[in-house]
Amino acid sequence: MIRSLRRCCFSLAVVAAMTLPAAAATQLTGAGSSFDYPFFSKAFYVYNQKNPDVTVNYQSIGSGGGIAQFSARNVDFGATDVPMNAGELTRAPGTVLQIPVTLGGAAIAYNLPGVTTMHLTRQVLADIYLGKILKWNDPQIAKLNKGVNLPDMSIVVVHRSDGSGTSYIFTDFLSHVSADWKSKVGTGKSVSWPAPSSVGAKGTEGVAGQVKSTPGAIGYVEMAYVVENNMTAVLLQNKAGKWVACTPDTVAAAAASKPEVSATNFSIVDSAAAGAYPISGYSWVVVYKKPTDRAKELYDVLSWLVGPQGQANAKSVDYVPLPRNVQEAAAATLRQMQR
Amino acid sequence: MENAGPQFRRVARFVSPADRGFAAIVYAGSILFALLIVGLFVELVLGSWPSIVKFGPGFIFSSSWDPITSKFGALPMIFGTVMTSLIAIVLAAFIGIMAAVFLADFAPRWLGQPLSFLIELLAAVPSVVYGLWGLFVLSPFMRTTLGPALQHVLGWTPLFSGPILGVGLLTGGIILALMILPTVTAISRDVIAAIPRDLREASMALGSTKWETAMKVVLPAARVGIFGACVLALGRALGETIAVTMVIGNRPEISSSLFAPSYTLASVIANEFTEATTSIYISALIELGLILFLVSMVVNALARLMIWSVRGSERV
Repeated sequence: MIRSLRRCCFSLAVVAAMTLPAAAATQLTGAGSSFDYPFFSKAFYVYNQKNPDVTVNYQSIGSGGGIAQFSARNVDFGATDVPMNAGELTRAPGTVLQIPVTLGGAAIAYNLPGVTTMHLTRQVLADIYLGKILKWNDPQIAKLNKGVNLPDMSIVVVHRSDGSGTSYIFTDFLSHVSADWKSKVGTGKSVSWPAPSSVGAKGTEGVAGQVKSTPGAIGYVEMAYVVENNMTAVLLQNKAGKWVACTPDTVAAAAASKPEVSATNFSIVDSAAAGAYPISGYSWVVVYKKPTDRAKELYDVLSWLVGPQGQANAKSVDYVPLPRNVQEAAAATLRQMQR
Repeated sequence: MENAGPQFRRVARFVSPADRGFAAIVYAGSILFALLIVGLFVELVLGSWPSIVKFGPGFIFSSSWDPITSKFGALPMIFGTVMTSLIAIVLAAFIGIMAAVFLADFAPRWLGQPLSFLIELLAAVPSVVYGLWGLFVLSPFMRTTLGPALQHVLGWTPLFSGPILGVGLLTGGIILALMILPTVTAISRDVIAAIPRDLREASMALGSTKWETAMKVVLPAARVGIFGACVLALGRALGETIAVTMVIGNRPEISSSLFAPSYTLASVIANEFTEATTSIYISALIELGLILFLVSMVVNALARLMIWSVRGSERV
């Protein structure tokens, strides 16, 4: 009995000795946007390989949840697809710094058997989502796609049913290009979708799945999904009149056209630049100007993340690195942190 | 009967401390349970108070759900929740009770035991797996095969008219039916198996066939227990979230067609809670939770009433 007890104590001591160095390492916690999650897990893994004494635990619980956890000081940083607004900033217990960390675009995927290229103008896309255009062989679509055999098929409009930053960027875009959309629906993470044949699907994977399995469907999906799932996406006419696909380059072009981006002036949809994709947007990290704890490590991780080395991880997971000028602006904001 | 009370009390005076302790623990357990329900209710009312004050009873009767303009109404979601659960319980009760009769009275041992095991295994499949299967297998099947077939035969009723998108009320109901089927089947089988053998033998001795015995003797004797199984299953159907969210189409609209997309109370909460930022929005979502709580209570109470009425008629 005593011997087994002693053996037990011994093994406990061994376990404690083995875990001790790990316990001495700093663990940073973050929570928020699920859009950022694939990029963060890749980037923070790489950071941990280089700096084994710092690990980052990121929980992908959604931007709203991230802001709530951050405002309660339960996590070291939050991540959100839409910057915190004035009301949220006043409710937070300290001065907040908001830093752009990555870029995303929403591609317009569609499912029309036999139709491999589809050209749409911004106005026609808005009218489809408003429910004004109901059939794929509508003259307004046919006019843009001469020589394409468009079927007499109802358009099934697919949208995100869960609140999401992608929906925010997409409705922000629609509000920019259609006065009707702006007055009837508006911009938000969840809106009341007006098209009569609209279907809500949960998550980007839900929208992608719904579009793939429903002939006649159209839906907005994060860029990475379209690439990885071999979906056909619309060529959209941008403000400059050019036909653009949603690619890392066209999204980066939209971002580069507005170097003065800030948390209060962050919208880059419907950019006037020639090569810009119109449905693009930033994702943000929020930190306190005076963190209560682990400030040095937090600053190091985040300044690495928005710098060239951190951003280099974006491409491998089909995310768009921040343009150079935005990286510099983000680093400048970060330097205000007290550490 | 009058003597039973005092006698019991006298016995109670001589119980050992261990018995007292046990009684206290059992009491504490049941009180904790009651407190949990009351606490949940109070918390839901407190959380939804701003929304209750702002929208009043109109919340239950309004059909608009617009987070941008902060106009909230729960009617389409109440409709969707009740309808999907009804479809589910009708399908699951029919199939489940038949399967239970087979397993308890008809299946040979070598078939009955593995089948029972498989059915119980179904109950352990996580709901997200049902949801994914629904999204990638059932809803395309509904759109291409089952839906058109139903429409071909029953398309003249409003229930089966309109475009078939694959996702919608009926698909949600079928997914739910599959999920609650193990509950209905497993409990009903146990209830049927517990019916005394004598009853069956007596019935057979009087010349009934196996079929007549099952339908006219065993099932009526087991009906209260089977009813209980259905109530338990219905409770799960009302609150099920993820699987339904993936196949219901998430549109807050009331349509007469079973093919049309719909929305359930639990789905709205799951979809929108994480990204809800304004306080009235959060409060409206919590009020949906409160309504779900009340709908479940009303359904359970109705079921209880039905059980009582069944039992009452038995005594006569």
